Amino acid sequence: MAERVLMKGNEALAEAAIQAGCRHFFGYPITPQTEINAYLSRRMPKIGGTYLQAESELAAVNMVMGAASAGVRAMTSSSSPGISLKTEGISYMIGSDLPCLIVNVQRCGPGLGGIRPSQADYNQATKAPGHGDSHILVFAPATVQEMVDIPFKAFDLAERYRMPAMILADGLLGQMMEPVVFTDESAKQNEKPWATTGHENKRPPNFVTSLYLDPAILEQKVTERFARYAEIEENEVMTEGSYLEDAELVVVAFGATARICRGAVNQARTMGMRVGLLRPVTLWPFPKKQLRQLAGTAKHVLTVEMNMGQMVNDVRLAVSGAAEVHFYGRAGGMVPTPQDVLAEMRRILGGEQA
Amino acid sequence: MSVVYKKSPVLTDAPMHYCPGCGHGIIHKLVAETLVELDVVGKTIFVASVGCSALAYNYFKLDMVQSPHGRALAVATGVKRALPNHVVFTYQGDGDLAAIGTAETIHAAARGEKLSVVFVNNAIYGMTGGQMAPTTMPGQVTQTSPYGRSTETAGYPVRVCEMLATLDGVAYAERVAVDTVPHIRKAKAAIKKAFSNQLAGRGFSIVEVLSQCPTNWALPPLQAIEWLKENMIPYYPLGVFKDTAAEGGE
Repeated sequence: MAERVLMKGNEALAEAAIQAGCRHFFGYPITPQTEINAYLSRRMPKIGGTYLQAESELAAVNMVMGAASAGVRAMTSSSSPGISLKTEGISYMIGSDLPCLIVNVQRCGPGLGGIRPSQADYNQATKAPGHGDSHILVFAPATVQEMVDIPFKAFDLAERYRMPAMILADGLLGQMMEPVVFTDESAKQNEKPWATTGHENKRPPNFVTSLYLDPAILEQKVTERFARYAEIEENEVMTEGSYLEDAELVVVAFGATARICRGAVNQARTMGMRVGLLRPVTLWPFPKKQLRQLAGTAKHVLTVEMNMGQMVNDVRLAVSGAAEVHFYGRAGGMVPTPQDVLAEMRRILGGEQA
Repeated sequence: MSVVYKKSPVLTDAPMHYCPGCGHGIIHKLVAETLVELDVVGKTIFVASVGCSALAYNYFKLDMVQSPHGRALAVATGVKRALPNHVVFTYQGDGDLAAIGTAETIHAAARGEKLSVVFVNNAIYGMTGGQMAPTTMPGQVTQTSPYGRSTETAGYPVRVCEMLATLDGVAYAERVAVDTVPHIRKAKAAIKKAFSNQLAGRGFSIVEVLSQCPTNWALPPLQAIEWLKENMIPYYPLGVFKDTAAEGGE
């Protein structure tokens, strides 16, 4: 059994990326993710890796694109306003079928907003990570241990499906400390015959491009990509559930908010309320089928988010009217408390449970 | 009979989409010949930009990455950091390198990235149909400076080589032209030097090539060459602005 170490979320994620085989990091300082930059600027030079502080978020994400084209595991990290700038590079990497890891330690928006925790970039990450018909893999860790485990998974899936992966964390997870275990599991290696590594006069040239001026060819490219997306939605959904078997009310929450909801659900159970928690670990692909199933037995679904209601729309689509969908959210960096969530559950079940 | 001239084996047989009289065809040829002469074809990665040369992947038998507009030098930085022993170069126009990609250009140069840059300056946005570029001459008529570029409202053209030569990370900056045979020969030597520098591990090397765009200048090819001579060369003087190898300061 590997040793347990106490680490801050951002630093744990950074170390995990290294252990997952990433040797190329390109970033730009922004609160509340700067510890990732600082940690990697210390570690990379000692292990023959690249830490490069770019002149801008745009440059950083495009450096990732270059390194990913050359076939190495590359990543960048930022926080909400910086991610908006990176959407250009993300779209190009989607269109060029390039794998990479992008970390968004969310803060509040719009604009400069504030530096307190938020989940208001859910729509951006899952619906429009860049222009064009596109998706990226989106993971939402809820513990520092998951900040360690997910980078391995993210790089592996990104390479297997040839697309960018995003870890959508928030300021709470980035800054909190918890004991973690780094498993010795060595990073899986995936073949990259498409990489632009110089053809050595031994194979036809490789082109990494998102430019297809012939509409028939571009449509075919997009259709192929969406066939891959369908495969991902079928095979790669990750969730965690508790007390779901007999739940009349299912709470749906991700990331740090799910931790708060877990406290509220545990408390409600001691009070005899039949409530459960479904935590999507992947936000895209979204656990549509599981939610539809739960809606067959539960009467109510309560979505809790640190935003004005974004994931709740995916919940509504999945549930399709089979249960009543409720929403509780806080914005601007205000964090819901277990008491807030409990009060919401009592309000919903009030008429049905004494 | 001996062969005195033939097409570079790095160029494909695809018919080029460039307009008659355009300089890109000549510059492509110079780059292709250089890569063969230095024997680096198999270990070269071409980072293409956005502009007329976005379609260059049709013409070169090289591994290529098509970068977003203005970001070629950021993409090339990523490629070179991943493959430090390979040859990585960008081929960019004036809109790409000196307008939307100015930050990427200056900082790749300041970091002394071991890259070679072929910068084609034709004083106009070609691909989009002839709009004002950062390098458009004062008074020059374009689609978006229909009364001629006003320095009062649109400012002055950017002299890229002079600006970059002030940065310590730059190993080599030279401006050449492809308007005459002697100038083309000089352009070839400059491009070869930019790639040789990279092989020698020297810093950032840029060759700015003044090139004609007859279509968007609305001139027949021969008059376009005259226009380049009379208007561009006086504003953008040809020559070496920095050469650390020659100064013995590598």
